[in-house]
Amino acid sequence: MEATITITVDGRQRTVAVDTRTTLLDALRDRLAVTAPKKGCDHGQCGSCTVLLDGRRVLSCLALAVAHDGAEVVTAAGLDNDRLRETFLDNDAFQCGYCTPGQLCSAAGMLDELKAGWPSAVTDGEPTLSASEIRERMAGNLCRCGAYVGIVAAIQEAGR
Amino acid sequence: MIPFDYRRAENPAGAVATVAGAPGAVYLAGGTNLVDHLKLDVARPDLVVDVTGLPFDRVEPRADGGLRVGATVRNSDLAAHPVVRERYPVLSQALLAGASGQLRNMATTGGNLLQRTRCPYFQDVTTACNKRDPGSGCSAIEGYHRYHAILGASPDCVAVHPSDMAVALVALDATVRVLGRHGERDIPVDALHRLPGDRPDRDTILEHGDLITAVDLPAPLSVRSAYRKVRERSSFAFALVSVAAVADLRDGRVQDCRIALGGVAHKPWRAHAAEDVLRAGEPSEQLFTRAADAELAGAKPLPDNGFKVAMARGALVATLRGLTTEGTA
Amino acid sequence: MTGMIGTALPRRDGPAKLHGTAPYAYEHDVEHPAYAHLVQATIARGRVTGFDLSAANALDDVLAILTHENAPRLEDTGNAELAVLQDDAVAFRGQVVAVVVAETPETARQAANAIQVTYDSEPHETRLRADDAGLYTPEKVNPALPTESSQGDVESALASADVTVDEVYTTPMEHNNPMEPHTTVAHWDGDRLTLYDSTQGVHPLRSAVASLFGLDEDRVRVVAPYVGGGFGSKGQPHAPVALAVLCARHLTGRPVKLAITRQQMFSLVGYRTPTIQRIRLAADHTGALTGIAVDVVEQTARVKEFAEQTATPSRSMYAAPHRRTGHRLAELDVPVPSWMRAPGECPGMFGPEVAMDELAQRCEVDPIALRIRNEPELDPDSGKPFSSRNLIGCLEDGARRFGWDARDPRPRTRLEDGWWIGTGVASSTYPVHMSPGSVAEIRYTADGRYEVAIGAADLGTGTWTVLAQVAADRLDVPVDRVELRIGDTDLPNATVAGGSSGVASWGSAIADAAGAFRDKFGTDPAAGDEASGRTPDLSETFAMRAFGAQFAEVAVHADTGEVEVRRLLGVFAAGRIVNPRTARSQFLGGMTMGLSMALHEQSVMDHRYGHVVNHDLAEYHIATCADVRSLEAHWLDETDEHVNPLGTKGIGEIGIVGTAAAVANAAWHATGVRVRDLPITPDRFL
Ligand SMILES: Cc1cc2nc3c(=O)[nH]c(=O)nc-3n(C[C@H](O)[C@H](O)[C@H](O)COP(=O)(O)OP(=O)(O)OC[C@H]3O[C@@H](n4cnc5c(N)ncnc54)[C@H](O)[C@@H]3O)c2cc1C
Ligand code: SF4
Ligand code: FES
Ligand code: FES
Repeated sequence: MEATITITVDGRQRTVAVDTRTTLLDALRDRLAVTAPKKGCDHGQCGSCTVLLDGRRVLSCLALAVAHDGAEVVTAAGLDNDRLRETFLDNDAFQCGYCTPGQLCSAAGMLDELKAGWPSAVTDGEPTLSASEIRERMAGNLCRCGAYVGIVAAIQEAGR
Repeated sequence: MIPFDYRRAENPAGAVATVAGAPGAVYLAGGTNLVDHLKLDVARPDLVVDVTGLPFDRVEPRADGGLRVGATVRNSDLAAHPVVRERYPVLSQALLAGASGQLRNMATTGGNLLQRTRCPYFQDVTTACNKRDPGSGCSAIEGYHRYHAILGASPDCVAVHPSDMAVALVALDATVRVLGRHGERDIPVDALHRLPGDRPDRDTILEHGDLITAVDLPAPLSVRSAYRKVRERSSFAFALVSVAAVADLRDGRVQDCRIALGGVAHKPWRAHAAEDVLRAGEPSEQLFTRAADAELAGAKPLPDNGFKVAMARGALVATLRGLTTEGTA
Repeated sequence: MTGMIGTALPRRDGPAKLHGTAPYAYEHDVEHPAYAHLVQATIARGRVTGFDLSAANALDDVLAILTHENAPRLEDTGNAELAVLQDDAVAFRGQVVAVVVAETPETARQAANAIQVTYDSEPHETRLRADDAGLYTPEKVNPALPTESSQGDVESALASADVTVDEVYTTPMEHNNPMEPHTTVAHWDGDRLTLYDSTQGVHPLRSAVASLFGLDEDRVRVVAPYVGGGFGSKGQPHAPVALAVLCARHLTGRPVKLAITRQQMFSLVGYRTPTIQRIRLAADHTGALTGIAVDVVEQTARVKEFAEQTATPSRSMYAAPHRRTGHRLAELDVPVPSWMRAPGECPGMFGPEVAMDELAQRCEVDPIALRIRNEPELDPDSGKPFSSRNLIGCLEDGARRFGWDARDPRPRTRLEDGWWIGTGVASSTYPVHMSPGSVAEIRYTADGRYEVAIGAADLGTGTWTVLAQVAADRLDVPVDRVELRIGDTDLPNATVAGGSSGVASWGSAIADAAGAFRDKFGTDPAAGDEASGRTPDLSETFAMRAFGAQFAEVAVHADTGEVEVRRLLGVFAAGRIVNPRTARSQFLGGMTMGLSMALHEQSVMDHRYGHVVNHDLAEYHIATCADVRSLEAHWLDETDEHVNPLGTKGIGEIGIVGTAAAVANAAWHATGVRVRDLPITPDRFL
């Protein structure tokens, strides 16, 4: 069943017709040609599709587009954080690059969460920007190329 | 995925009326389980009613010193809530042990409770499964069942409930507030989920159309509480077994305690037998082991998950050891 | 600029990837695409007896449904894996029996699910057993190596040895699982076919598709500038690409997008065979080996043979006068196994390297000393000298960096905070490959840049960056004057990205072209000047391999059996390193996958149905960021003039070789429990 939604994507307002079944990820990729968010599993299991939705990191493959009419979406293409891009490049925090847009959005969201004082499973007392905190908080973003070492270093550097 | 209609719930009563009146309708919250199942054809609704706009997004203090957690409060917000962190550490820890940062930002309290089993046959419509397709048979009993139940299973289904949060809620004596066709009622979380018996298609005692509006946490028995999850990756994996424990420790004795196990049964498993052994006891390795053995005496593992008995014992002992030797009450 | 080789240039494709704008196969801008979705067999063996397409056909927006009953005949069905929809036979569960094309992806999927297929099923067998009556000896093992090797009399050596090890080790079925699912966008426009594909080799894919459909190669173009990982699974064409082309031909003029699902990747795009390795070692009481016997049993598919070369690394690792290796295959009703990062070496260095640890334990010799004691002078297999072999250097350097000396050799002696802690070591090795046939062209442009063209692939391996470095070095110009073009059959022929041969094969061709260019035009060329070069032949005089050593520190929880790799350190001797930054990532990436193999990975077959039960990324665990703690990769400066003109040995695969053994050896040292079957899960310690 068709529905029309209006969302702001990377600062641009877009109106698009979707099937009620269309996920936010497919709306972006198939209908709006916004291909920064990637599809790695389509089931919430890899993190490649991570975007910032109304300021929070979420998985766009498990969000129905129709449920987010009026939302503001930021993808890796529009992410206002060149510092992260710089540290990712310096630390060679990616190889094939397929998980990378999701890693970047997740990292940006995660740094905000940390700043807000949110705990994680490894937090003891008040959370800090330690390697073990970053590793735990980034566990939802799989990287089959195994760029984790660089990713953790890059986030730590950018978050300082 | 078959086509469905999408509607935003305007108010709670209206939502209940809509869903209760339409056999093919379901509620949608964070979508992290439902949308997954839509894609797999495990869920085939013709109407999806979005409850995220309902006014259930608050965590509020209760007169009895407890907390009321709205059904649409996101798992991440609940885990980070200062009162939860301070007075209900087991709940915060359980939430943080579940899923990933992104998923917790989406997942809601109500949806988390009602997420369905991760049994791989349940999720694969090309295989037989009594829970998904009653009467078709259980593929897990003689198949892959490493993650399956060791307690309370039936010949029709050996699945486990996957929620971490629910295990903590059981150990906290929490209740769910449910709005149904005939008004509101409270159900202890421990009574919400069922054992499979001969109706594994029913995860809970809820009726079609019942809407979870909140979870009530009574004042905690003790702020000394912890959640321990054993899994096969350091993060982002479901539990093989888990333990939620709350202990009131005074004068060198366990005055009272609440214990629940996860990953072992079709519901969060309240460990009454272990509690009975612990109550009034003096913390020691022997006491913990006796408690664990008492609880697990009735375990009936499947051919390939016998290790879970020893693992649950180890996890329980380790949790109790940590809880009784660390920090202050 | 001369000296560019060896420089840690940041990835040139970085900005595009860091904005998410680098186009992967699905993302190329094509007009008005249609979407395909596959229907897979739900039996493991038998025949399709009928389809009920009525519900699917009744849906608006369904454009086509292809089955064996109406699909066009293929020209060349020699590769059974690619001979899709040609007959009613089902050879494994998950085989494609139909494909739907629709206006939207949602409808394509809905229609595919609505198709009812009836079957006549036959008994099937999917279980690999060492005592399978039907085991046979393949003629060759991948890529074209002898199945067996034998020197001396290994049985007598075993019978008369002071010390022996005779154990069986197993590695499970594993799936490559690159993050980008296999995707083809096929567009049949007039008499030209264009494919945007996630492939490790545009030219080899073009050849396969051209012969499958009986086309002239020059009518087919394959484009793949960015590939979201492959690890071997995108090295050979698999069924989905053939299906996408069939659909595109059916809907001529309309581009068709076929992105398979993560679940479908578990039956359609290859995997690593499970292996059963019986390892027998004979040694004197000092640990000097007198005999090595490696007998491997593994599986292949009834529809097409793939024989993993699991026993082959043992042919060259350690000295011993009496030795034998061999492979036996079980032909099962399973999907076709294929390449997965370091086929042969990766599984084949698990059993032997754990066996070496067991031998060290039995001889009471330090595991490093044991390996040094058995260092061969010549390649034990071929009798040729090694072009270079620095295994000992890697072991010694690693031992120093890791702090090996302080190690108490006794197992189960360190309990800290409730965790048993131990350390272990294992060797790594990988052969040097260079594939003939790549061609590079260099052209000087009006604006003073050098266009370097070759149809090479970058799967995350760093090709975009390192080939530009090779060109800059050999042309002696700054790298920003080099414009590299890769990933397109419109460019000169390139071999597949496989066997860690990319830099050697393509880089050597570029070096050759650069030499030719300078010879012809000197240092002051005119716009339009161009020259080409090709990959030279590989030397036959030497045995050529890269070596390495990996060290692991493992913690096992005393109550619950949880396993953590606390530290992993690798030292490699892999020839010349073109770019230390991207090379480190290759080593670390391989080690990370090795850690994942050690602790997590296992595709669980349900033999009643014949399918992988845990067919998604929630159930098939790969290491997360949280699992990868301290990880270090180092390398020795190694000069080897024999391997190829650049002196490189290939670094994409060696990082995964030996990791699992190092972890298993450390887990034994921590707990005293010897795990001989991967993965090393908590239940082993309870
Ligand atoms: C890859 C992955 C890993 C995960 N790992 C973990 C883990 O380790 N531990 C863990 O505990 N969980 C895990 N989860 C599950 C996750 O926690 C649940 O999917 C989530 O909590 C469900 O909440 P939701 O709001 O998204 O629910 P939805 O998907 O929106 O709904 C789930 C169900 O609840 C019903 N529902 C929702 N709200 C209400 C309501 N108010 N009243 C009545 N019915 C309602 C829906 O109809 C639906 O049937 C994981 C999920 C994924 C995808
Ligand atoms: S265990 Fe339960 S959910 Fe799993 S296959 Fe059996 S009946 Fe279905
Ligand atoms: S594509 Fe959304 S989590 Fe994998
Ligand atoms: S960079 Fe390839 S998957 Fe992360």
